[in-house]
Amino acid sequence: MIAFVIRRLLQSVLVMLTVAFISFALFRYVGDPVLIMLGQDFTQAQYDTLVSELGLDQPFYLQFAKFIVAALQGEFGISYRLARPVAQLIMERLPATLELSLVAAILALCIGVPMGVYTGLHRESWLSRFFLTISLIGVSLPTFLIGILLILIFAVQFGVLPSFGRGDVVKFGTWSSGFLTTSGLKALVLPAVTLSLFQLTLIMRLVRSEMLEVLRTDYIKFARARGLTNRAVHFGHALKNTLVPVITITGLQIGGIIAFAIVTETVFQWPGMGLLFIQSVNNADVPVMAAYLLLVGFFFVAINLVVDLLYYVVDPRLRVDRGAASGH
Amino acid sequence: MASRSALGRLLDSDVFHSFRGNPVVVVSAAITAIFVLAAVFAPFVTPYNPYDLAGLDLNDAFTPPAWTAEGSARFLLGTDDQGRDVLSTIVFGARVSLLVGFCAVLFAMTVGITLGLVSGYVGGAVESVIMRVADVQLTFPAILIALLIDGLARTALPRDLHSEIALYVVIFAIGIANWPQFARTVRGSTLVEKNKEYVQAARVIGLHPGLIMMRHVLPNVLGPVLVIATLSLGFAILAEATLSFLGVGVPPTRPSLGTLIRVGNDFLFSGEWWMTIFPGAALIILVLAVNLLGDWLRDALNPKLR
Repeated sequence: MIAFVIRRLLQSVLVMLTVAFISFALFRYVGDPVLIMLGQDFTQAQYDTLVSELGLDQPFYLQFAKFIVAALQGEFGISYRLARPVAQLIMERLPATLELSLVAAILALCIGVPMGVYTGLHRESWLSRFFLTISLIGVSLPTFLIGILLILIFAVQFGVLPSFGRGDVVKFGTWSSGFLTTSGLKALVLPAVTLSLFQLTLIMRLVRSEMLEVLRTDYIKFARARGLTNRAVHFGHALKNTLVPVITITGLQIGGIIAFAIVTETVFQWPGMGLLFIQSVNNADVPVMAAYLLLVGFFFVAINLVVDLLYYVVDPRLRVDRGAASGH
Repeated sequence: MASRSALGRLLDSDVFHSFRGNPVVVVSAAITAIFVLAAVFAPFVTPYNPYDLAGLDLNDAFTPPAWTAEGSARFLLGTDDQGRDVLSTIVFGARVSLLVGFCAVLFAMTVGITLGLVSGYVGGAVESVIMRVADVQLTFPAILIALLIDGLARTALPRDLHSEIALYVVIFAIGIANWPQFARTVRGSTLVEKNKEYVQAARVIGLHPGLIMMRHVLPNVLGPVLVIATLSLGFAILAEATLSFLGVGVPPTRPSLGTLIRVGNDFLFSGEWWMTIFPGAALIILVLAVNLLGDWLRDALNPKLR
């Protein structure tokens, strides 16, 4: 167990270092930060002074080390576009993205799992077929089109929900929340539904296929032979055993939500990190891009690590398998 | 080996019978074929060439679809803000979307198959490194990887150079985002094939490993690759549309379906819905058809489900 945890931790650190390296290379070598800071008129002497002040004449590995130390302290430099510290910009945008992602994840789970169980248990019913057809369309519909369609129906046609922004927010220190005002909640509906739809279909299909698989196993047959009620077999035995892969995939899907939040935030002009990132890409705002890359990389590595460790804790069979098959 | 007998074998195969017995799949295949043909012969099948500046008339701008009250019989699906025929822009847009989709999948396939074959056949440290990289990359959503590569290229390359090669950058970004699936599948099949007698025989007579991989192992691992390629095509088209919608995809001079939707989206609130809805519908129908084909192919080629 300890060996596994250590190996997994080392791997995470390695991935994080790679991400940090890409981020650093971007920050340091894309565009000349000195030229950007000096503006139009400067002498060679001014240029050289600033280079040595910023430490850009130091060897490469020292610069990289300094970059990592600064990043660990939350120092990501100044945004070229907005002329404000990147860390501050990101902290302002973080609550919007996290609240949106959280609501979308809850929606996807609370609707996706029951739909999956139902379609798994009643394979032939028309409602299952209907769900499956919908889910196929859901997979084929790009997130941004879902958003546009929802805007067209609910904002343009009926005018019941706002089509952009977060509505009114309440401030708690550095955290701004849209959960506590009516306009904030209303503004949340369309983006959250848009963002959750893809994950919802994915979770539903996963739960369905896992249910079908488990229902074929011997212990289910045995449970039925013992005369247990359908309810006990389906929920006590079958559903319980599908949960391990579902937890894993759902955990990994949180990452997917962060990625698709970029698209959703662009459609709805939701003032989160994703929108900030896209605006930075379009304006070559390198420090923000580098910081976003690092932050998202960190989220992913952390989520994966937690999911892997959870998997290991939840499923006792793995402890034996991993030991025997560690050569793989 | 004659092509006629190959065709005869195809027409008599299980796969073909399962194809004929499934109307949804036949329709999907037909839709995909229509899209591909229309895209290839776009200049010949569209009523107008939307990017021929001489043929544009700004007086035609914002004409609604033909069946509405203000519509004109000349423009079946209406016109956009520049007076371009929406139907024609959709066909030309599908051309770019399909081009990027096919090239990206081809690129991902080439990289994935090569790395998968090598890691499966050679094994050892090479295999560990390749598969670790694939594992790590798979933990990040493909669309995010494509977006990052595209965004980095946009920032790193000089503006003129970038707009010139933007199409290739998008193909590269989506292709790279997609290679691990191919590599994993090919590696798995290669591990199985490697120990079969025909491969061992080829090795015993002293053939070069590269030759064994290409001539003997490769043809036997292509089945699953075909399935993944079809499913990836749907993903690649969607990814391109998403990137273009975000404004970081193909250049505006060669609009894809995603670009059309992005441009049309600006006019959604002023009531010109046809500029968004029709390209959007075309995109959905195309991707749905490709995905249905891929789903069917996966089931048809999977002996476990027969």
